[in-house]
Amino acid sequence: MKPIFKRILFFVILIGFWSLGSALEWWSEIIFPSPLSVWQSFISGIADKTLIYGLVASFRRLAVGLSVSLLLGTSIGILIAKSKTADDTIGSMLLALQSVPSIVWLPLAIMWFGLNEKAVIFIVILGGTFVMALNIRTGIKNVPPLYIKAARTMGSGGIDLFRRVIFPASIPHVVTGSRLAWAFAWRALMAGELLSTGPGLGYTLRYASDFGNMSLVIGVMIIIGVIGAIVDQFIFQRIEKNVAKRWGL
Amino acid sequence: MFLEVKDLNKQFTDQNNSTTTVLSDIQLDVEKGEFISILGPSGCGKSTLLSIVAGLTTATSGTITIDGHSITQPGKDRGMVFQEPALFPWLTVKENVIFPLKKEMSKSDAVAQAKKYLKMVQLTNYLDHYPHELSGGMQQRVSIARALAMDPTLLLMDEPFGALDEQTRSRLHTQLESIWRDTKKTILFVTHSITESIKLSDRIIVMGTQPGVILTDIKVDIPRPREEHKQEMIEIEEHVMHYLKKEIDKVVSGEL
Repeated sequence: MKPIFKRILFFVILIGFWSLGSALEWWSEIIFPSPLSVWQSFISGIADKTLIYGLVASFRRLAVGLSVSLLLGTSIGILIAKSKTADDTIGSMLLALQSVPSIVWLPLAIMWFGLNEKAVIFIVILGGTFVMALNIRTGIKNVPPLYIKAARTMGSGGIDLFRRVIFPASIPHVVTGSRLAWAFAWRALMAGELLSTGPGLGYTLRYASDFGNMSLVIGVMIIIGVIGAIVDQFIFQRIEKNVAKRWGL
Repeated sequence: MFLEVKDLNKQFTDQNNSTTTVLSDIQLDVEKGEFISILGPSGCGKSTLLSIVAGLTTATSGTITIDGHSITQPGKDRGMVFQEPALFPWLTVKENVIFPLKKEMSKSDAVAQAKKYLKMVQLTNYLDHYPHELSGGMQQRVSIARALAMDPTLLLMDEPFGALDEQTRSRLHTQLESIWRDTKKTILFVTHSITESIKLSDRIIVMGTQPGVILTDIKVDIPRPREEHKQEMIEIEEHVMHYLKKEIDKVVSGEL
């Protein structure tokens, strides 16, 4: 059996079991609504555009935050890969910062920027930057010395060497870094929205929760998961695979 | 004299501050257009010598001059072919060969130049392939074409066929010989294969180890193609073996 059929069958069984449990009242509809009511609130959320607005708002923030964190992360990564002093100082701090979930910064961010979009974008930037920086650093440090030697015998050096050899050679790590930055930024965005203000998917989730609308809560959770999986599998993993093949990894 | 290596010494100092002499008092003169093999057991510093001539490694003392100009850093007058093909995997065959030409000529001139040298190594059908799509022997031919495309006066080859299988190696020997005949490049060819050095070169520089010194300089006066003169080849091989035997014993006893 092809994996795609296995996958479809699995979800059919899962949803079937969920419907059955709801129909037989194994759990209360208020605590854990049936697939049908989740579907209905999903449709009405689309119809009255709550979900659409939320999705658009979230993606706008993500686009801003992720682009900034990719640029910033790349710059920091290049700096700590190239300068020993920077690596000994900033580099070691990055490892510590990386292990702090970026949502922890929200109280400070709200104090600094107010209870608004800027605070959320700040959290998203923090979420993506460190992991990007660390991957860029690894990429640059692991460029095969042979490539550099070969390029030098062909008259390349300095900026030209970096632009034409060192950076392209570290592309596989750039892609991995971007994929992880996206994943961290996406989680940070949802957490940030949940705890601060809207509009946005995370905010819609909290709003639904405040009104006890559990079917909408589940609907939004599914949207968050599906988007995460699609971006990861259909965009990043595909790029990663192509790059790995081309770069002969 | 085209290439002159004078009083060349190279020492490495390791973390414990103990010094290893890799090359000791190397003297070498090479005429324009000569095919020189540098032959020696592993650890004799032959690759280090080549790397110093390429400008990738600095000597502890001594001088190297090409046409009277002293050498301190890499330059396009010296093309280098490494043991591994060292092609850039993100570039196609054509783009790899163009790499050293980008700054000094227009795109179309560079492509024409690349095609000319890829034709010389018989790879015109693979212009738009990526290195991972080629066999090891083909990759090495691309890297020879890439080094030649800069039109260097000196071609440095560091055991370029060492990682290839016997048939491929033998085919590439023939190809390299005809390239050398057609382009009249001066070639410094590092190898540990006696047969390879006798088959290809005008002179064989035999090196000894611990520290790396030049033991002797043997002129190979056999008409080409040399496969037809088996007897003379065997005589030279015995001559070379006479020098190398002691060195190989030294290396082996050091490893025991």
